[in-house]
Amino acid sequence: MKTVKIDARGMHYTPLNQKIRAAVADGAEEIILDNILGQRFIGDGLRGNVRIIVNGVPGGDLGMFMSGPTCIVHGNAEHAPGNTMDKGMLVIHGSAGDAVAHSMRGGKVFIKNNIGYRGGIHMKQYDVEARPILVVGGTAHSFLGEYMAGGLVLVLGIGKDKAMTDRGIGSGIHGGEIILRGEVDDFLLGVGAKKFKFTESDLERIAPTIKNFCEQFGYDPAEFLDTNYTKIGPASSRPFASKYVWE
Amino acid sequence: MTLGSVPSKFKVSIDRDQCMDCGRCIENCSYGVYRREGDKILIESRKCTGCLRCVAMCPRDAITLTEKPIDYRSHPLWTREVREDIIKQARSGKIILSGMGNARDLPVVYDRLLLDACQVTNPSIDPLREPMELRTYIGKKPSKLNFRKTESGDVELETKLAPNLKLNTPIMIGHMSFGAISLNAQLSMAKAVTELGTYMGTGEGGLHRDLYPYQDHMVVQVASGRFGVNIDYLERGAAIEIKIGQGAKPGIGGHLPGEKVNEEVSRTRMIPVGSDAISPAPHHDIYSIEDLVQLIRSLKEATEWKKPVFVKIAAVHNVAPIAAGIARSSADAVVIDGFRGGTGAAPKVFRDNVGIPIEVAIASVDQKLREQGVRNEISIIASGGIRSSADLAKSIALGADAVNIGTAALVALGCRVCGNCYRNLCPWGIATQRPELVSRLDPERGAVQVSNLIKGWTYELSELMGAAGINSIESLRGNRDRLRGYMLDEEMLKILDVLPAGA
Ligand code: SF4
Ligand code: SF4
Repeated sequence: MKTVKIDARGMHYTPLNQKIRAAVADGAEEIILDNILGQRFIGDGLRGNVRIIVNGVPGGDLGMFMSGPTCIVHGNAEHAPGNTMDKGMLVIHGSAGDAVAHSMRGGKVFIKNNIGYRGGIHMKQYDVEARPILVVGGTAHSFLGEYMAGGLVLVLGIGKDKAMTDRGIGSGIHGGEIILRGEVDDFLLGVGAKKFKFTESDLERIAPTIKNFCEQFGYDPAEFLDTNYTKIGPASSRPFASKYVWE
Repeated sequence: MTLGSVPSKFKVSIDRDQCMDCGRCIENCSYGVYRREGDKILIESRKCTGCLRCVAMCPRDAITLTEKPIDYRSHPLWTREVREDIIKQARSGKIILSGMGNARDLPVVYDRLLLDACQVTNPSIDPLREPMELRTYIGKKPSKLNFRKTESGDVELETKLAPNLKLNTPIMIGHMSFGAISLNAQLSMAKAVTELGTYMGTGEGGLHRDLYPYQDHMVVQVASGRFGVNIDYLERGAAIEIKIGQGAKPGIGGHLPGEKVNEEVSRTRMIPVGSDAISPAPHHDIYSIEDLVQLIRSLKEATEWKKPVFVKIAAVHNVAPIAAGIARSSADAVVIDGFRGGTGAAPKVFRDNVGIPIEVAIASVDQKLREQGVRNEISIIASGGIRSSADLAKSIALGADAVNIGTAALVALGCRVCGNCYRNLCPWGIATQRPELVSRLDPERGAVQVSNLIKGWTYELSELMGAAGINSIESLRGNRDRLRGYMLDEEMLKILDVLPAGA
């Protein structure tokens, strides 16, 4: 495997991304970024199948518009990793800020610990391949999956009493599903969101995702392969259809 | 239904002596006003929207259409419209949606601004004889230029220039998405701007593959719903526009109803067929001006700093400081959309009441950017109700670099501003996705019409400039001395920084 190492100490994000692009063009299969400290936009708009290892804490919009690569972060991530991402995978060995996976339309974002507000907001789906997946090991703040239009958000609540304790889950959701470990209090649901029974067939569908997530962080998937989940989806696929009358 | 029906908006009649019974009115009316029963063509006036398709197609000029044949008792406050809105809401309890731009009879500032011309003391210029420089560059300009002498003694530019759009005329076509309008409408305009050397916007509907041949003349839009946005789309566009707001509905998002999301629209927007396409009010990754900077830079970084990035805002009360904030971000141009801007659909209360006129917004933004010493670094694009070359010339004299037209381009394609765009039944093949209606609009002929309009305005602009003794668009830009206000109050003149007529 062709590996390229880049020492990012004190480096601005533009030259850093230029180096990453040059390495990809040069046929690198793995790129190791050392001493990352707050550089934004890592892997922004990047294509290909490269694997990027980030050692440190990247800045906002990690993997924005990314289409293909895998990016593994040994640290926390800032605002909106996976923003409008198309394809590929982000694996964060830590927590991430607000608007994680914002408008994402394909690929996977796996967060080991917690995320901030508006996780999975406006995620959308087109076709079977373009189905975004966000998995959070810990918990998430308010407005999880707000305006969601497709894809899957899964919150496992590892080490917590309850997977979610913040409100506004799925407000304005009109497609896709939010699956939360255990029971969820009704008052946490946002406007337009509805609880559904989590069935064996749901489990069958998400089992590969659970296994995939556990593989990344060394968890035993057996712990999570039961039907102790709550599924939240849209009460209607046309949440605003009844709000308007024409002139 | 105790409220009963309201008076019909139009009364349609056929002069039976003139009529040759060809049936074209029946065929052409997608709203179903006409139908044949036995040997007679019957008319259902209540269904008429005033789109005038039948009138345009009748070979005998046999059709008469009267607006408001029955009106209410007249009243200056309780107008027909006010009364009907109340009746509608009493029936439904809902928000009233409307199409096209602001329909209120408010004074138009453009019509109270007059242009200048030379007499005796300085000669006017004949554009037929003298070259007129209309070329406009949209994008960031350096605050100063550095040069270097090479060994051979030549002078070389050292300053790195930011990418700019090169316009042959300061008229572009604004953002109208595929979904809101038909592919043939988009194709007509794309062909026209490509031929003329100017640009049009994709709107927030993605870029249909049939438009790829014209991509070098398309500005791709990134709005809060991020429909159709991926790296491929960003790289195809000549420039990228972040849509924050829209003049027809400042402060709220957009909503393309599921009925309009057919196979093609779904593929282009990258959402499932029949799903509502909802653009939230804010971009949920922009909650501050710092976040806007971050989005601008993320777009530039994704496209390797090869594309100018514009930011479009609605003209609202604080438009000047907001634009100043945008000028200080990494944006290359600010697009200001006035309260008369058109739309496929907007809540009526927004369309008719929120925002400020574009004329005032251009003047105050230009003024603020000059005060702050950054006007030369960023371009201003103005839109929202620009109807003629006179509005264009006045916009530039108030401080805009270029304008975006929308409704005017649609009228060039046949639109009669009937305001029923949301019904997917546009008989002119513009605001519809129905194949039988879309095919009424031939993109080749449409392109000629749109290009004729822009050419006509461009000639007129050169004439207006020549008459004022100006031979370069640069000398007209922000040149308020060539404007005079007529019947505008003192405060308004102060904001426009224009003298009253006679002064
Ligand atoms: S289009 Fe004119 S002439 Fe033809 S049927 Fe209709 S009204 Fe008569
Ligand atoms: S685009 Fe069509 S429906 Fe909309 S106002 Fe014009 S003619 Fe009417």
